[in-house]
Formats: sequence, structure tokens, C-alpha cells
Amino acid sequence: MKVEIAGENAIIIYFGEVADPLVSAQVQLAAARLEAVMADTLIDMVPSYASLMVIYDQYKTDHFAVRRHIRETLQQLGDVTQQEGSVIALPVYYSSESGPDLEDLARRAQLSVDEVIKIHSGMEYRVYAIGFAPGFAFLGEVDPRIAAPRLSTPRLKVPRGAVAIADRQTAVYPSVSPGGWNLIGLCPTPMFNPKASPSMPVKVGDSVRFSAIDRSEFLALGGEL
Amino acid sequence: MSGFLVKQPGLLTLIQDGGRYGHHRIGLTNGGPLDADAFKWANRLCENDLNATALEISIGGLVLEAQVDTILAVTGAHMPFKINGQEAQRWQGHKIKAGDKIELGFTTAGTRAYLAVAGGFQMEKTFSSTATVTREAIGGLNGQKLQQGDILACKSHHTDTLWALPESEQPDYLQSATLRVILGYQQHSFDPVQQRLFFSSEYTLTDRADRMGFRLEGQRIQSMLDGILSEGICHGAIQIPADGQPIVLLNDRQTIGGYPKIGSVIARDTAKLSQRMPGTKLSFEEISLEQAHNINCLAERRFITTALQRIA
Repeated sequence: MKVEIAGENAIIIYFGEVADPLVSAQVQLAAARLEAVMADTLIDMVPSYASLMVIYDQYKTDHFAVRRHIRETLQQLGDVTQQEGSVIALPVYYSSESGPDLEDLARRAQLSVDEVIKIHSGMEYRVYAIGFAPGFAFLGEVDPRIAAPRLSTPRLKVPRGAVAIADRQTAVYPSVSPGGWNLIGLCPTPMFNPKASPSMPVKVGDSVRFSAIDRSEFLALGGEL
Repeated sequence: MSGFLVKQPGLLTLIQDGGRYGHHRIGLTNGGPLDADAFKWANRLCENDLNATALEISIGGLVLEAQVDTILAVTGAHMPFKINGQEAQRWQGHKIKAGDKIELGFTTAGTRAYLAVAGGFQMEKTFSSTATVTREAIGGLNGQKLQQGDILACKSHHTDTLWALPESEQPDYLQSATLRVILGYQQHSFDPVQQRLFFSSEYTLTDRADRMGFRLEGQRIQSMLDGILSEGICHGAIQIPADGQPIVLLNDRQTIGGYPKIGSVIARDTAKLSQRMPGTKLSFEEISLEQAHNINCLAERRFITTALQRIA
């Protein structure tokens, strides 16, 4: 583990160098412990794949004290077991109508569309990080057989609910935005609603399982085409 | 509720409070004033809480009509300021009566002005803040910049006391700026030669500068890393993409990203940066975290101890 300065009131802790469920679990545990010990000196935290950035109030504490909290927390972290988050099921209408890159992706992977759907919905993904846009959860890791590089020209407008793949990551676009990921379907579950509490169905450390639904189920669940 | 009617919204006028904190974990960025100093002075001149909701006016072109009696102050960029067609002083409180017309023309120095009213504008908070982040469609009025016809609610306020900030304390936005940097993040992926080049070269502010980040142009800097696993980005972080040209990330930045970073500019200096026009020459200076802490504590103390002048 490595502790580095990020900025005038931010420190970043590196737990590893690759996306890994165990490392991610360590990030979560350290975040929860630090939140408790730092109390009102903590301004915010950004947990990500293998790092945790801690932003502190430089007028209430200083980096010596924050580093001490970090050192003690990391020393007492102990053995981390892999899973403690909840598992969230997200329905997906996979089709070329709802996922314009689905057929291309299947062709390049030398698989049938059904096989791609089966592989994508056949496993649990961990929420490694949330960012890029409010509610955008980075899920990993996608089966290497259906991993696909980002589009060379990003789309200016990706629809809300788009289920997408980039390399070995997958995600659901929480709102309309530009984006360069491969679109394979649409999810009718809102991923971000500022008026709801909680505003997101998932948090970092949770797991997601996709299940295939058909067009009429998608529409019945409030999906829009 | 009445307050101020937006007759002309200007190029980019945003409702801002001190910013949105504590919500990075769901991907929400900070928002808030790019020049926190000028923002705080505007509030102090109105005897407000320093986080009270005010307006950030970029470049200019704002026209408002008062519907209430109150106190109003404008700070920041040099935008010609008129009340009912009469030239008015920036950096001081003014008594406003219902029906008064407030105009801010286009800037001649600096890029952001701040307009505060007594008690602050009254807005609903989203995630504990009124700060507008248009990219997220959050805060302000419907998450957007001001539109013609918007009503900016505020209470009426009556007082005989008016305050001004002495001219000696007002910033000069035409001065060249040195951006003080604390090395951090992937600093070791920039070898000593690259670091020296970075701190000894002059950079030019480009027009690719918005509330997410300011792109500079000049000496190319190379990291030994192409990309990194996405990680948290703090305010002021200096990202070096493959083209080697630094981007200073600001209030509306994405919360995580995968480009190598050499360190971060302190917020006092991103405030100066955000007041500079494209084409301005800038340079970076390395400071330690301890120096940054001293600079910030002294500046905070100076802000508190600087006495306002009573003008009425």
C-alpha cells in the first residue's frame, strides 16, 4: 500500500494496481473506518478501483493528523473477505433496437447475439467505482470473450438506461450523455434520481446481476424506446 | 416569492453557493464559485453568511430588475456596472429599490463577476447545495444557467449601513499569474528533466477553458505512464494527457479519471487562473504541502481581519 499527496487538502491511498475484488473490498473497509475516525474533519471521499482519495478540512485538521489516521486504519485493517455488499438485479432489454452495437460486437467476438446476451447476463459484476457522471457505476469485470474496445468516434448522445461495454467494464448510462462505449441494450431501472433517497440503486462494493427481458416487459417496466 | 427578474441572462450566469461537498461517492462534483475569494467578498459586503447563494457572471451581459428593496454588491471581473443607467462602483454595497434596473456589461479585465444580495438568493438545495452544475443538470433553477424571465427569489431587506472593500485590497486580474503546485499523485512518473521543464516553462491559457478545467499550451511534458486505473481527482489537479499539454481541473471536473497527474494547483491560485483570459501567460511554481498550509491559513486570517470601510 502506498500513501501519496493528491492536493492541498487531499491524500490518496493506493491499495493495488489492478481491478480486483479483494482490493476493492479493502478500499471499502478502509473508507468506512476512516469516515468514522475522521468525523467532521472529513470533507469527502472518492473510492475507486484500487484507491481511496480522502479530502479533509485543512482548517480543522492537518495532513500529519490525517496521515496518522490513515496509517492506523491501514494497520488495523486485518483480513478482508471478498463480499459484504448487496446484490442488485437489473433487467435489460437486449436487442439491436435497444442496443445498436450488439450485432457488431457479436460479429467481432465470433459469437451469436444470444451467446453475447447469455455471457453478459450470466455473471455477477462488482461496482468498482462511481463517477464520470452522477450515478454512473463502473461494473467489472466483463468476460474477456465479450470485451470490446471503445468506439473510435464517441456518440454525442447515448440514451438514458443504455447498457454498455468498454474493454472489460460494463455500465448503465444514468442519463443522456455523450459516450464511446458499445451499446448492447436498455435497462428500465432508473440509475440516478436526485429526488429519491437513496438516489442510486447501487453503491461501490455492491454487486449487479443483469437479467434479459423482452420488449413488452421492458415497456411494462416503464422503459422508453 | 419575488426578488429579481432576469431581463437578460448574459453569456453564462450561474446560481452558486459555496459548493456541493460530501457527494463524490455518487459521482457528484463540487460546483461552486471558480473564484471563491471574489464570491466571499460579495457576500461579506452584504453581511451574509459566506456560503450564501449568489450569482457567478461569466464575461457579462446580465440585466436584472429588482422587485424588492435590498442591498446588492458586485465583485470580481471589471464588468461595467450600472444601476438605472448610472455607473455604480463594484466592491461595495448599494441600496436597491423595487423597480431598479441592474446592468453588468462585458468585462474589460477578469472573466467572472459575483453578484450578491442581502440574505442571499432563496433556492431549494439539491444534495445540500444550490450550486449549479449544468453538466449534471443539478442545482440552481432546474440545473441550468440563467434564462430570460427567471425569478431569483430573495427577501426584502432594509438597512442604512453600507460597506466597501478598500481599493488597496481589490485584486488586479491583468497581472500575470504564477500557479503554485504541490507535487503529488503520479509525480514519480515524470522524470526530473520533465519536472524541471514543467516548472521552468511558460504556458498560455487556451480558449478550451470551462468550469470543468482549463487547458494550457506550451512545453510538452511526458509521463512514463499512458494511463492509470481510474482514481479520484481533487480540485486543482493537473492532468497530463498523451499530447503532453496540462489541464488544470476545476470545480465541475469529473470525480474520477485515468490520466496521469503531476500534482495540484492550490485553490487560491485556481481562483486567479479562472479570472484570466485565453492568451494569458502563466507559469507553475513548486511549493510544499507545509507552505500551502501556511499560505491558506494566512490568507484566511487576512480575509477575516481585513476591515471593510463603512460608506453609509
